[in-house]
Amino acid sequence: MLHAAATPARKKVRIATTSLSGCFGCHMSLLDIDERLLELVDLVEFDRSPITDIKHCGPCDVAIVEGGVCNAENVHVLRELRANAKVLVALGACAINGGLPAQRNHLDVGDCLTRVYCDRTGGEVPDDPELPLLLDKVHPINEVVRVDYFVPGCPPSGDAIWKYLTDLIFGRMPRLEHPMLRFD
Amino acid sequence: MTTTQTGLGTYLERILKRHGRDSGRLVQILRDVQAEFGRVSAEAMAILAERLSLPIGDVESTRDFYSFLTSEPTGTYRILFSDNITDRMLGNQAIFDHMARRLGVSRGVVSADGLASLDYTSCTGMCDQGPAILVNGMAITSMTLRRADQICELVRSRVPVAEWPNEFFRVDHNIRRADMLLGTDFTPGSALRAAVAMGREAYLAEVKRSNIRGRGGAGFTTGVKWEAARNARGDARYVVCNADEGEPGTFKDRVLMQFYPERVFEGMALAAYVVGAKLGLVYLRGEYLYLKAPLEEKLSELRAARLLGDSILGVDGFDFDIEIHMGAGAYICGEETALIESLEGKPGRPRIRPPFPVSFGYRGQPTVVNNVETLCKATEIALHGGAWYEGFGTKQSTGTKILSVSGDVERPGIYEYPFGVRISQVLDDAGAKNPKAVQISGAAGQCLTTREFGRRIAFEDVPTAGAFMVFADHRDMFEVARNFAHFFQHESCGFCTPCRVGTRIQAGIMDKIAAGHGTQYEMNELQHLREVMRTASHCGLGQTAGGAIADTIAKFREDYEKRLARKDFEPAFDLDAALARAREITGRDDADSRMLSDA
Ligand SMILES: Cc1cc2nc3c(=O)[nH]c(=O)nc-3n(C[C@H](O)[C@H](O)[C@H](O)COP(=O)(O)O)c2cc1C
Ligand code: SF4
Ligand code: SF4
Repeated sequence: MLHAAATPARKKVRIATTSLSGCFGCHMSLLDIDERLLELVDLVEFDRSPITDIKHCGPCDVAIVEGGVCNAENVHVLRELRANAKVLVALGACAINGGLPAQRNHLDVGDCLTRVYCDRTGGEVPDDPELPLLLDKVHPINEVVRVDYFVPGCPPSGDAIWKYLTDLIFGRMPRLEHPMLRFD
Repeated sequence: MTTTQTGLGTYLERILKRHGRDSGRLVQILRDVQAEFGRVSAEAMAILAERLSLPIGDVESTRDFYSFLTSEPTGTYRILFSDNITDRMLGNQAIFDHMARRLGVSRGVVSADGLASLDYTSCTGMCDQGPAILVNGMAITSMTLRRADQICELVRSRVPVAEWPNEFFRVDHNIRRADMLLGTDFTPGSALRAAVAMGREAYLAEVKRSNIRGRGGAGFTTGVKWEAARNARGDARYVVCNADEGEPGTFKDRVLMQFYPERVFEGMALAAYVVGAKLGLVYLRGEYLYLKAPLEEKLSELRAARLLGDSILGVDGFDFDIEIHMGAGAYICGEETALIESLEGKPGRPRIRPPFPVSFGYRGQPTVVNNVETLCKATEIALHGGAWYEGFGTKQSTGTKILSVSGDVERPGIYEYPFGVRISQVLDDAGAKNPKAVQISGAAGQCLTTREFGRRIAFEDVPTAGAFMVFADHRDMFEVARNFAHFFQHESCGFCTPCRVGTRIQAGIMDKIAAGHGTQYEMNELQHLREVMRTASHCGLGQTAGGAIADTIAKFREDYEKRLARKDFEPAFDLDAALARAREITGRDDADSRMLSDA
């Protein structure tokens, strides 16, 4: 059915994806749609993404963001995606709430850095400008840019991601019914 | 063991003895430890855990749950300002700042000499005589700058709180309109005698006939509840009086406990008579500590008069006594299953229902939980019968209801009306000045505007647990809703994610809008969050936590919109400031270590 819909006349949807402060688990879950990947490549093409290794994104239709915002680079990447994408999606618990990395929010970031770099190894906290500077707290992405959709889960299941993407691509209101939102 | 530990052990032993070494009384034990030592230290917890045969984690999680219990020392004088919106409207923040300056302390930090600590706390139930504070747990009303100065003097001279002027601790009843309950004399024992004369079955039939519904908020039919508890299988049965009264703006139970305690206790005895309970428990909110001693005294009087104890009124097997348990600063403990958890010495987290308390309540046994006012009403039914009672109020809401009126009115206080009274009448009677809104039933309730003032207080129209906060037309309803948002964030018990995270995000968005960084996006988010919390939260707290915001957005949108930034979106925090700590620790100041918030 989906093959039928993807006639050559249909312009492919351009998608960018990124993992900010996440574990790549959400991207793995995207790959978990298994053989439907073949259908997906008929429907979409990828801009900046770990899949393509393109470093900066251009104008695209959908940006999928895994992970929260933990450092200055995350902010820049996120803003670039927002500026280029028509629709921006928060994928997974980290992007939506900060998730596991936000566990550090009740600690002082300075203490964390000195503990890791000085107290343990006797070294110094690296000050190379190449390294992205840490924010004092990890934030969900909707505290930094406007977000259009949230797909919950840690990670959302491959089925949920597939359902969401195909709804979006075919112009339906994306909707995840209860079984896809159950995690227990 | 070091000598100090031995000393600590001896003190703790005394406290443990007082509570019969009952681990179920852990909250009471920890309260006493806190009162004695100004904190519950790790050492104290270790000793308690050992002597009560509890895992230390249980002791710790109970301690950490309640805001009146602390791991670190508080000041010798712990001063907490009630921070309900009504206290704010009476200027509590200026008085707080004044005291902080005079005592040289900042919020939440103990002064260097350990003498004083100052903080805010949720509504303490003195809305008609605020701004109110608690000093070492004792309520002080009608705060002024002058009174603040006097208190600072007393603190500096280290005068014990027990020796402070009596007038500080005066709590008035402010009864402005008395009806059936507040306006009628009551002879202790009369209701019990009437019920015993009728017999159990007949009295229960009268309660059912009266169609009385609970006054604590949910409005469950009392007769049905009692019958279910009586019929449930169990080894023992309990009657619990819910005097937690934490809903911001509610203070009628305080007045009943202070001025009508015989009614409350007799109502409990009536419930016990019907269901066959031997023990009753009053769960009194920690903020009402000042009532504890007089209530204990009242219980002794009733025992002496043989209205409590064994074979009450000479009825063989009608043995019933009452204990008072104190809360420790947690609004959620008003929810009946959280309350029962707290009575059992645990953190006050709502249980999964069913089973309901009537079949599986306190210590797993059938338990009736009723609001203070409901129990008082039970005495009226014993005295006058269900048919008489049913003649008052409306079809689905029989009898009278006590309202706690506060805010922009000339005569704040307690008003008792038959159910069905119009909002406008209450406003007139209380002398409301240009009201633009009324928040009914507290932060968890609903916000009504002038167009709705013709509506009636009744379960079939505007249900309420009793709060009635009035806002005049110069008030900013956004700030009202923001105050409630912070209340819910603070009071969420943290058990379920929609509420724990939702209330926090909600308060964060309200602060963002208050700071002028909100956009239409945040307005949509608030409504979206409300739906998530309403539909996915485990208990009533989370389910209602977004209500006041949704109401004020629908009815006072201009109070929000005037604050919105004219942009598509603004970040929730200052991005550059968020990098400051890492800049400091790395010593960097390159271009990449800087960021603009609206780039
Ligand atoms: C968050 C929350 C707080 C509550 N607080 C109180 C309270 O302070 N006092 C009270 O009587 N009921 C409170 N209730 C309602 C109780 O769960 C329960 O319904 C009531 O005590 C039953 O007594 P009733 O049938 O006499 O009304 C609260 C409920 C919720 C969900
Ligand atoms: S949501 Fe879960 S799977 Fe996705 S990035 Fe975060 S931790 Fe990994
Ligand atoms: S809704 Fe809130 S208060 Fe109720 S159980 Fe969940 S976290 Fe606790």
